[in-house]
Amino acid sequence: MMLQVEALRSGYGRIPILAGVSLAVAKGEFVGILGHNGMGKSTLLRTLMGYLPATAGRVVFEERDITRLSPTARARLGIGYVPQGREIFPALSVHENLRMGCLLSSRDERRTIEDVLAKFPRLRRLLDRTGGALSGGEQQLLALARCLCGGPQLMLLDEPTEGIQPSIIDEIVEILQALQRGNEITVVLVEQNLKFIAELSQRILIIQKGAITRETSPEAVQDPALIAEFVGMAA
Amino acid sequence: MTGWASFVAMVAAGLALLFGLPMVFDLFGLLQMTVFVAMAVLALSQGFIWGYGGVMSFGQTAFFGLGGYTYAVAVLNMGDSTVPVLLSVLVPTLFAALLGYFMFYGRISDAYIGVITLTVTVILFNVVNSTAGDFYTIGNAALGGFNGMPSVPPLNVPGDPSSPLDPEQTWYAAMGALILVYVLLRMILASRFGRVVVAIRENETRAQLLGYDTRLYKLVVFAIGGGIAGLGGCLYTNWGSFISPTVFGLAASAQVLIYVLVGGLGTLLGPILGAFGIQYLISLIGTQEAVNANLVLGAILVVFVLLVPQGVVPVVRGLFRRVPNGRRGRVAEAAVVEP
Repeated sequence: MMLQVEALRSGYGRIPILAGVSLAVAKGEFVGILGHNGMGKSTLLRTLMGYLPATAGRVVFEERDITRLSPTARARLGIGYVPQGREIFPALSVHENLRMGCLLSSRDERRTIEDVLAKFPRLRRLLDRTGGALSGGEQQLLALARCLCGGPQLMLLDEPTEGIQPSIIDEIVEILQALQRGNEITVVLVEQNLKFIAELSQRILIIQKGAITRETSPEAVQDPALIAEFVGMAA
Repeated sequence: MTGWASFVAMVAAGLALLFGLPMVFDLFGLLQMTVFVAMAVLALSQGFIWGYGGVMSFGQTAFFGLGGYTYAVAVLNMGDSTVPVLLSVLVPTLFAALLGYFMFYGRISDAYIGVITLTVTVILFNVVNSTAGDFYTIGNAALGGFNGMPSVPPLNVPGDPSSPLDPEQTWYAAMGALILVYVLLRMILASRFGRVVVAIRENETRAQLLGYDTRLYKLVVFAIGGGIAGLGGCLYTNWGSFISPTVFGLAASAQVLIYVLVGGLGTLLGPILGAFGIQYLISLIGTQEAVNANLVLGAILVVFVLLVPQGVVPVVRGLFRRVPNGRRGRVAEAAVVEP
């Protein structure tokens, strides 16, 4: 397994959010995580990245215990993270944002960016524009592209379709499906867009009250009863 | 104007001032401009670490004063100013690196960094202020306590202490140093290192998540800022052949912040213009003796914070760059290459 999480607990100050999450993700797998708001989806990704400290449990990445490592150290091991809200560098140009993502790439910077831009043609004509001047969808594409510039083995995606126009969502799906076909990367995806998560995930984990309570297939998210019970939204 | 064109224009303007002012100003005017330059070097150091590195230091004058005292002590002992000038940069750089190490690797938050740097300045003020008497001498140099250190030998031709620089030559040295510091900072900001520094200012957590050790970058920025402030202190000490603990005072610490805020945070030209403008105003008020200079400085600070929070340079630049297509038309002359 590329990623193994055992009884992971964390939270914000005295408020516990994750109450013993356990999951395993194989190399090349795309795993979706669904749940009501406030169930701990984003907290799980933040804890996996080390942005929030784990209060108990273990995170093992490529057979190495990374539970106590800093976010910087985890990124250097090959974990990429695209947080909710994108968090691009608004004062830097698109090109400079991409160059920022190249630190961890073992390849030539120019070639790395060219390869990534081949996957994100929309960004090529925006290279000189500041990140802050992009639309929300373009910023999301940039955040994804910048993450890929580092050549991560595992990518954690936190609601990449939030507030994004449908045409760009389709673009993101195509890009991620191409990565999936090429077996280039492993992805853990937190999402509330059911169509998006069903199109990309090989299996879906349901998170409730800070713990994984059920595993289901992408097809099952079409079942209104299941969605109403575990996710709290219409399919 | 592109980054490269603005860089060339700025250096050309600096060189024009370097060679042009001695033809226009009398000796008094040139001496005044020399101290303005020393303060502009200090302002550049503050503008660099605050405007680009995002490190809010309330105590940049600590490094300025340390540079001045280091120069004074060293030149009084050595005679030749060549090594003392280098030491006036090196000692504050190392002190800033040491202080920065504890602040950044200790994960001190931004607000407390302001408090710590201010406290260090106050401590230095009190320590140096208490060094009156024969006991407090370093070799031939008496620190002089609150009376300061008078008769500090001026800069000399490198390696030749028998050839001290006259006021006009001192102007060339000071203005040349300002241009060099500006060029150095532009080069740093245009490099990969500079890009990372600006990215850390924009979003430190994100930079960490991309694998950058933000503590190290901030430490290096802080140390560079300390060294530049030290150079400013050396130029200041040379200007009056004198240095006293007032350089560590709270008024001096606040003044440098006003230079940067008025001129424009996030630019290099802004702090320089801010230092020249404010210093000119202070000297003008000093000769009029009509109003208290600190009162005027306070009023300027309030007016700028409320009405022109970006400072003069970004506002003027914005007027020239306005394009009809709005945000879609904006292109990146990113912060790393702004003048």
